[in-house]
Amino acid sequence: MDFSPIIENLPLYFKGLWLTIELLVLSIIFGFVLALPVALAAVCNIGWLRGLAKGFIYVWRGTPLIIQMFMIYHGMAQFDFVRDSFLWAFFREAYWCALFAFALNTAAYTAEMLRGAIEQTSRGEIEAGKAAGMSTFTLYSRIILPSAFRRAIPAYGNEVIFMLHGTALAGVITLIDLFGAAKIVNSKHFIPFESFIAAGMFYLVLTFAVVWLFKKLEGHWLKHLKH
Amino acid sequence: MKFYRLFTTAFLAVILAVSAQAADWSKVRIGVEGAYPPFSEITPEGELKGFDIDIAYALCESMGAECELVPQDWDGIIPALLAKKYDAIIAQMSITEERKEKVAFTGKYANSPAKFAKPKSSDVEITAESLDGKVVGVQRATIFDNYITAEFPGVELKRYASQDEAYLDATAGRVDLLMADSVAMQDGFLNTEQGADWEFVGPAYSDPKYFGEGAGIAIRKEDTDLVEKFNAAIADIRSNGVYKEINDKYFAVDMYGE
Repeated sequence: MDFSPIIENLPLYFKGLWLTIELLVLSIIFGFVLALPVALAAVCNIGWLRGLAKGFIYVWRGTPLIIQMFMIYHGMAQFDFVRDSFLWAFFREAYWCALFAFALNTAAYTAEMLRGAIEQTSRGEIEAGKAAGMSTFTLYSRIILPSAFRRAIPAYGNEVIFMLHGTALAGVITLIDLFGAAKIVNSKHFIPFESFIAAGMFYLVLTFAVVWLFKKLEGHWLKHLKH
Repeated sequence: MKFYRLFTTAFLAVILAVSAQAADWSKVRIGVEGAYPPFSEITPEGELKGFDIDIAYALCESMGAECELVPQDWDGIIPALLAKKYDAIIAQMSITEERKEKVAFTGKYANSPAKFAKPKSSDVEITAESLDGKVVGVQRATIFDNYITAEFPGVELKRYASQDEAYLDATAGRVDLLMADSVAMQDGFLNTEQGADWEFVGPAYSDPKYFGEGAGIAIRKEDTDLVEKFNAAIADIRSNGVYKEINDKYFAVDMYGE
């Protein structure tokens, strides 16, 4: 085993690490912002809106992330009307295509998680809110959502870790994230074991950071559940 | 434990058979790429075809060996050779100093220069300054990748796992230029419907410092006897007309070069 090419290429790995973090943070932010209205739509009592939200969740959870990414990156480029429109400035870039796929994917999973948490809010809390004369808006913003967010935290931590590992797919469409960097080092020095285990180490550290962050979040927001 | 003994015996027999086979090269496994037309591609029926494929079979016939072709992605093509998934690589692999550190090469069996290609609508010229900030598509870990990385530092390089993927993004309009083997690009892209709006630009490149001495067959360093066998087979098909027959099926010029 020869780790000297890894040391030599550490700057490349760090560049990749940075892109991985950037893709993760942005897709989690965009994904969450999108997931909230989708989750609310999925529990509302307007039939078509509920159907639309559930359809979105079903489609994006029901297909592999790599297919979604290829549909967006390679698929969109196939159509002249996309290439000739203002949309092309967006879909031309591998970066935005990847981010778009990641954000929509994590939005679907997050929305489903929130939907479950919202529906499981205890009836007593809701009835108490109603008895106090709360409007639906107040009921959601004061009682249901804060409670649902708290209960969703542990599961959401998992989703963030899955998304972190999902970002490795960016390396497949010319982006140089951690996996992309590992592939360059491997193909240049022909040392797959060393190249990929180095990337794996970085992912382990990142996963650890996410786990730690969620532990802190749980400690803060789920304090009342601690024994 | 009759079964156990039987199993062990059978296992040993297989190992002996395999190692006996490897020693006399009556059976040779050859790694090919399968995504590099017209040299190597996989038909819709799943069959391998192309110049490299025909050459591989012709060489095996000349050596009197039974051949098995193993398709392998370019990225992992040398590691898989070292891992003994096959015994030789016939994949238009240029003979370079970098690769010689890991594998042995036969003499060249083909040689063609590298070129840039651009969309017909583009008026880009090939100088170090004018390429600053331009997006150039290449296949990862090829001589073209090395050349652009070293000589055109201002270029935004997009590296693809296969040449086919680079063509896909070229048609989509995601790259300003492609750099690749001129023959591969001519037949695999420019002459196809997909590449109808693209054309060559700039000179032909063959500086041995970057582009090597032509394409050779890569073999594990310890298998010097197999290198000799392949060298003899290359000389054989060059002299008996088999090479020319295959060459003329695909190309108008002699791929062997001078």
